[in-house]
Amino acid sequence: MTFSRMNWVAIGHVDDIPRRGARCVKTPAGAIAVFRTEDDQVFALEDQCPHKRGPLSQGIVHGHAVTCPLHNFVISLETGAALGADEGQVKTLPLRNEDGALFLSLDALSLVAK
Amino acid sequence: MTKKLVIIGNGMAPGRMLEHLFEQAPGLYDVTIFNAEPRVNYDRIMLSPVLSGEKAYEDIIIHDDAWYAEHGVTLNKGAKVTRIDRAAKTVTSANGITAPYDKLVIATGSAPFIIPVPGADLPGVLAYRDLDDVDAMLAIAQRTGAAGGGRAVVIGGGLLGLEAAYGLKRQGMDVTVVHLMPTIMERQLDPAAAYLLEKALTEREITILTKANTKAILGKDHVEGVALEDGKVLPADLVVMAVGIRPSAQLAKEAGLTVNRGIVVDDAMATSDPSIYALGECAEHRGMCYGLVAPLYESAKVLADRLSGGAAEYLGSVTSTKLKVTGVNLYSAGDFAEAEDREEIVLRDAAKGIYKRLVLKDDRIVGAVLYGDVADGPWYFDLLKRGTDVSELRETLIYGQSYQGGGAADPAAAVAALADDAEICGCNGISKGKIVAAITSKGLTSLDQVRAHTKASASCGSCTGLVEQLMALTLGEAYNPSAVTPVCTCTDLGHGEVRRLIKAKGLKTIPAVMQELEWKTSCGCAKCRPALNYYLVCDWPDEYADDYQSRFINERVHANIQKNGTYSVVPRMWGGVTSSAELRAIADVVDKFAIPTVKVTGGQRIDLLGVEKEDLPAVWADLGKAGFVSGQAYAKGLRTVKTCVGSEWCRFGTQDSTALGIRIEKFMWGSWTPAKVKLAVSGCPRNCAEATCKDIGVICVDSGFEIHFAGAAGLDIKGTEVLGLVKTEDEALEHVVALMQMYREQGHYLERIYKWAKRIGYDEVRAQILNDADKRKGYFDRFVFSQKFAQVDPWSERVSGKDKHEFKPLAVIAEAAE
Ligand code: SRM
Ligand SMILES: Cc1cc2nc3c(=O)[nH]c(=O)nc-3n(C[C@H](O)[C@H](O)[C@H](O)COP(=O)(O)OP(=O)(O)OC[C@H]3O[C@@H](n4cnc5c(N)ncnc54)[C@H](O)[C@@H]3O)c2cc1C
Ligand code: SF4
Ligand code: FES
Repeated sequence: MTFSRMNWVAIGHVDDIPRRGARCVKTPAGAIAVFRTEDDQVFALEDQCPHKRGPLSQGIVHGHAVTCPLHNFVISLETGAALGADEGQVKTLPLRNEDGALFLSLDALSLVAK
Repeated sequence: MTKKLVIIGNGMAPGRMLEHLFEQAPGLYDVTIFNAEPRVNYDRIMLSPVLSGEKAYEDIIIHDDAWYAEHGVTLNKGAKVTRIDRAAKTVTSANGITAPYDKLVIATGSAPFIIPVPGADLPGVLAYRDLDDVDAMLAIAQRTGAAGGGRAVVIGGGLLGLEAAYGLKRQGMDVTVVHLMPTIMERQLDPAAAYLLEKALTEREITILTKANTKAILGKDHVEGVALEDGKVLPADLVVMAVGIRPSAQLAKEAGLTVNRGIVVDDAMATSDPSIYALGECAEHRGMCYGLVAPLYESAKVLADRLSGGAAEYLGSVTSTKLKVTGVNLYSAGDFAEAEDREEIVLRDAAKGIYKRLVLKDDRIVGAVLYGDVADGPWYFDLLKRGTDVSELRETLIYGQSYQGGGAADPAAAVAALADDAEICGCNGISKGKIVAAITSKGLTSLDQVRAHTKASASCGSCTGLVEQLMALTLGEAYNPSAVTPVCTCTDLGHGEVRRLIKAKGLKTIPAVMQELEWKTSCGCAKCRPALNYYLVCDWPDEYADDYQSRFINERVHANIQKNGTYSVVPRMWGGVTSSAELRAIADVVDKFAIPTVKVTGGQRIDLLGVEKEDLPAVWADLGKAGFVSGQAYAKGLRTVKTCVGSEWCRFGTQDSTALGIRIEKFMWGSWTPAKVKLAVSGCPRNCAEATCKDIGVICVDSGFEIHFAGAAGLDIKGTEVLGLVKTEDEALEHVVALMQMYREQGHYLERIYKWAKRIGYDEVRAQILNDADKRKGYFDRFVFSQKFAQVDPWSERVSGKDKHEFKPLAVIAEAAE
């Protein structure tokens, strides 16, 4: 994905998210789930399961994947794709991590809306 | 005329740089060094052995006074530079020495970070950076040691903190390490290796507190203790702060050089002023500030070349770490984070305490964590740095360098190659020969038989894999490995094995289980983690810290998630009995929060559906004021105890079934179980509370209480089995509770009571609960003990602030970009 310009918005610090957990960012375009994995990497995805729009932010995080709380789709945090036999993909968003301070791209947010 | 080279700071990096420079271009410069420390260049890394008493200062000097004399270096000891005048090209120290330069190297290293809590400036609070710090620590250790064991608190469980802790322990102090993160050395180690390290340090009697945040340092004229955020106070005669370092870049900043976190340098190690270089921990190269000597040495070599007129370039380094605690073998290198395009190879040998993990990307090693057996660390690091394609070695890579070429490639062949007297089962000392002999002479065909006849793998079970391989080798096609269903794809063990081993080996954390039972993934999955979490909660009620991240969302936020992402709230209504006050409180909450649906459930209580997650704490606060606690309608735990009106009102009632139901619910609420548990108490055999399809049911009769178990009325329908008849209400309670505990201790995760009871046999349940009073009492007591920790209303906890982050968005962005 390339963006003509990157408009980064601070959303908080990585320590605000539990390890192997997630928090939400509310935007007019819908909720964004921000995940923190066991190894302290962070990922931003649209907070909607490709199956039936389950809130992925509420799932169990393991490795670099999350299990949807509604019907157990396993979604890759890196690609947003459903893993295993399931099909579907959720949008991933660019997230910047500067020494723990996290930023989302506003331009990316407006894309989610579409 | 010789040019003038001035160096600020006399640490390890410039020391190494000068060695290269004098070799490459002897006599090119007239060198002057300023050093804030009043001494020569010594091996800072070796301060830890000095602290522990394994070495003396004299042993760690790198360049003695003679060396400086020999190379004509002017060393100003105890001279801290306070000003760089770039226009005049001079530097000046606090004690008034000014020196002109043609080339200047800033090598001021780093300063320890002191967390700004109250009391941080008290005497007895020390950093861990130089010899003076070590001397000060040793003085306190000796003083308090003589008076009978001083106490030290080390804040920070990173490399430095742990080395300090070990050193102080060796000096006879009582040492506690306070670490903010859930695992120690989290920057170098993954949780599995951190677990092993923590275990090793704990065995050395160092206390480690993780997730512990320092609030204040206490004391009047000298430090007396450390107060933690959770209210705990640790007495202390000495506090060492080892929470991190910060590049010392202030001087450069004041001189107008470009400074980020460190002093910014290019690939020639030059700062924004071409006659000034920065070297060592104070420098920032391509966004990286290094805190280990290996990369500093690489850049020192580049700088020496540049100063001699060369054109070498520094391109950044990958780093590796070893911990210098005697007897602990630990190695970490590169980047061991997981990623989509990466693969991991994990080898765990629980018996030998070995954990190895390699992270591969595009057939190249990008990271390695080794614990226990670090012999191959340098080999992996070399492959990593060279970017060697390891696809050829892949299969055997994890077994190390000596395994390559010629050695047996697959584990089965390795077992076949073992000598007859090679030990297979360490616990019972059983050799390969003995097992093979037993299999052939006695015609054994199953693992259980081998266990029964030889004891091999019958104790800790960690050699089970080896024994099975031996059986396969000996029996060939005839061997059909026992068909246990593994918990999930992260392990080959079934639930039963896992539960048995958790107890047998005293495993008390999820990383401990994963390490000792040789899990195949580094942090499990959504199937095994909740199961392990339950087993640990059940087996170690007072010791295990519940891992919320391993709980399904409903149990994490104590409400049931609905299809649209909202939640339902079900307060407890003891035995299905309510009152006008309770109903009014519910009505008020429904109005106040505009809750869309209010429904009477099949469990004799009221469900409020469609509550926004953010409103949950406020809803619970209001319900709590009216006396409600969580109904745990979401829990793998005690759900409901349905009752009927019983002898209080009903013309057929034989006992007070309502009161007994309420008593049971009040006794058992809050307990966690393998799967949900629902009870009912009916006042007579007409059974209006439907007790004969519940997990546990009670039917009141004239002569007492008939206890039932193992009913089902969900996915399966099954009437209950009768446990037996007891006379008094007290006995009824004891039997119900004991049965529940037996199930808690034996059930597989997500296995309802009816399935568990069928698996172990109804008679076995009767034998233990009805006919064996001692066993029953034992179960009962263990349940009561566990309730001390479990029976806490999760709603009121959250109303008072627990897990706040769960209920708040991380951020709210008002407007997206156009
Ligand atoms: C609310 C309620 C239906 C109602 O409107 O009455 C209900 C609602 C749900 N039931 Fe139930 N069950 C409810 C009584 C029952 C009963 C009847 C009873 O308890 O007397 C049964 C049959 C008895 C039994 O437990 O087997 C029942 C058998 C199930 C099952 C099948 C379980 C099984 O092992 O066979 C599930 C699925 C599961 O647990 O995996 C389930 C699951 C669910 C879940 C939790 C579905 C889910 O996972 O999200 C529903 C959640 C709704 C919510 O958010 O509150 N519910 N469910 C009842 C709540 C009782 C309470 O006060 O706590
Ligand atoms: C206890 C301990 C254990 C360690 N263990 C390891 C290990 O196992 N492996 C590893 O790779 N690394 C280890 N390190 C880190 C390693 O020691 C450092 O990375 C290395 O010493 C940094 O070298 P340097 O030359 O940049 O700075 P330093 O060695 O810190 O030298 C900087 C010097 O500059 C002086 N100075 C600062 N400001 C001024 C000024 N304005 N004027 C004059 N002088 C000034 C300071 O007094 C200091 O003497 C350890 C560090 C410590 C403290
Ligand atoms: S029967 Fe239970 S699980 Fe099925 S829809 Fe009704 S409430 Fe949901
Ligand atoms: S909505 Fe995520 S699995 Fe169904």
